[in-house]
Amino acid sequence: MNFVGWLTDPTNWAGSGGIPAQIGYHLLYSAIALLAALAIGVPLGIVIGYTGRGEALVAGFANALRALPTLGLLVLLFLVISPVVPGKLVYVLPTIVVLVLLAVPPILTGTYSGIQTADPDAVGAARGMGFTKRQILLRVQLPCALPLMISGVRSSTLQIVSTATIAAYLGLQGLGRFILDGRAQANFAEMAGGAILVAVLAIVLEFSFAWLGRIIVSPGLRRVAAKSTSPLATAVPEPVAT
Amino acid sequence: MNKRITLSALAVTSILALSACGGGGDPMSGGGNDSGSSGSEIIVGSADFTESQLIGSIYSQALQAKGVPVKEQFNIGSREVYIQALKDSSIDLVPEYSGALLSYLDPKSTAAEPDAVSSELKGKLPSGISMLTPSPAEDKDVVAVTKATADKYKLKTISDLAPVAGELVLGGPPEWKTREQGVVGLKDVYGLNFKEFVSLDAGGTLTMTALTNGQIQAGDLFSTDPGLVSNDLVALEDDKNLFAAENVVPLIKSAKQSDVVTKTLNDVSAKLTTDDLISMNAEAAKGTNLSDIAKKWLAGAGLGGQ
Repeated sequence: MNFVGWLTDPTNWAGSGGIPAQIGYHLLYSAIALLAALAIGVPLGIVIGYTGRGEALVAGFANALRALPTLGLLVLLFLVISPVVPGKLVYVLPTIVVLVLLAVPPILTGTYSGIQTADPDAVGAARGMGFTKRQILLRVQLPCALPLMISGVRSSTLQIVSTATIAAYLGLQGLGRFILDGRAQANFAEMAGGAILVAVLAIVLEFSFAWLGRIIVSPGLRRVAAKSTSPLATAVPEPVAT
Repeated sequence: MNKRITLSALAVTSILALSACGGGGDPMSGGGNDSGSSGSEIIVGSADFTESQLIGSIYSQALQAKGVPVKEQFNIGSREVYIQALKDSSIDLVPEYSGALLSYLDPKSTAAEPDAVSSELKGKLPSGISMLTPSPAEDKDVVAVTKATADKYKLKTISDLAPVAGELVLGGPPEWKTREQGVVGLKDVYGLNFKEFVSLDAGGTLTMTALTNGQIQAGDLFSTDPGLVSNDLVALEDDKNLFAAENVVPLIKSAKQSDVVTKTLNDVSAKLTTDDLISMNAEAAKGTNLSDIAKKWLAGAGLGGQ
């Protein structure tokens, strides 16, 4: 089993089914799923964090959905929508939906717990200065929630990127093609190569998020978060990454 | 009355056999050897899927009807496992498919046409194991299209696809992409360049669903799939013998062969057709007991008990 040979063979890096193309598809599916998850998770998280209501219900429900076996759900969705959805969409839609289901809970949890645990002194000071509730939310609570939100997004992204391999199960492209085709054709070098590429991609994204966090989180918050006694660092559990 | 007693005795024996399997864990471990080739009874095995058990059941009941003592040891596992069981005499008889068995015994073989597969297979069998006459019944890969597609393009054979393949999307298992008996062969042997190939599954739910709902227009299915009939699909004739023949053939320990056994099993093979397998698989999918299906077929073929 020579996956180094597979990875370094120039023919595997060229053409419509080559490694760069498949990485592109993989990132495309992942990005669509992540954007959809953000569009659902962030507003919901803000509502829950701001009102303090629905945490058990919404978060519990989201986590329960996450527990569904992804592959089973993928096939089920395909069978259900197949009679009504025409063309390529029938493969894309179930894939995106199962990825979104996996990605929403960490983003949701990061957002509402970030807002709930925003420094009460800062919120109080803002109120004292005459900020409206809306201003407090947008200009104090949300920026304070950013580190946890980013950590949620990060965990969602890793989950999506590593799971997006299942797109290949429904005949789509992406790095999963190498893993699935490698298995079907007993080409284990290809299979291992595909798995390694997924892992590398996940690590690269992980680093980009660490960098992103440094760019967009307010320096004041970072200093707080760096201190071991900080409530942000100790009292708030990281969203559970699986 | 007599028949009823035999039947209930049979039921009890099979329950005992089944519970023995459940309790003992691996049905192949222990005990198997002693009751193997040494005894006079024939132990009928089968692979771990419905059709194989069904055919095993037919063999078993056909032999019983001729007074041959039989023990059933079904649902053993994959080819790797039951061929081993046959070699070490844990079982004596198992239904096989000619092409698949040949490529298991000789992965390099390229024989596809039924007679070529059978004759090549005869030479490759492990010592002490014989094959009887293959049946015309086959469970092989077929390229299937919907009735509507077949009518629209006037398709009967895979060759007929040549002028229209460019408009059609083909679905099949991922291995088809690089396999001679798949996309590669369809191109080399039949000159077909499909608009696109979608990796789905090997004759499973995904391919069937995508085909019936029009996401793909041609798909890899198996010739004994009841869905071919119930979903109004047309299996295109493989007129250039690209896909290896998969005739059902009894594989037996040579030591257990006798005139009665050979004749009985060959009679079964002669009568069994692919259409029979389709309708029996459909029955089985409805949950009908396999041995009842087998008995009904034997009665219909005139091979049942007195």
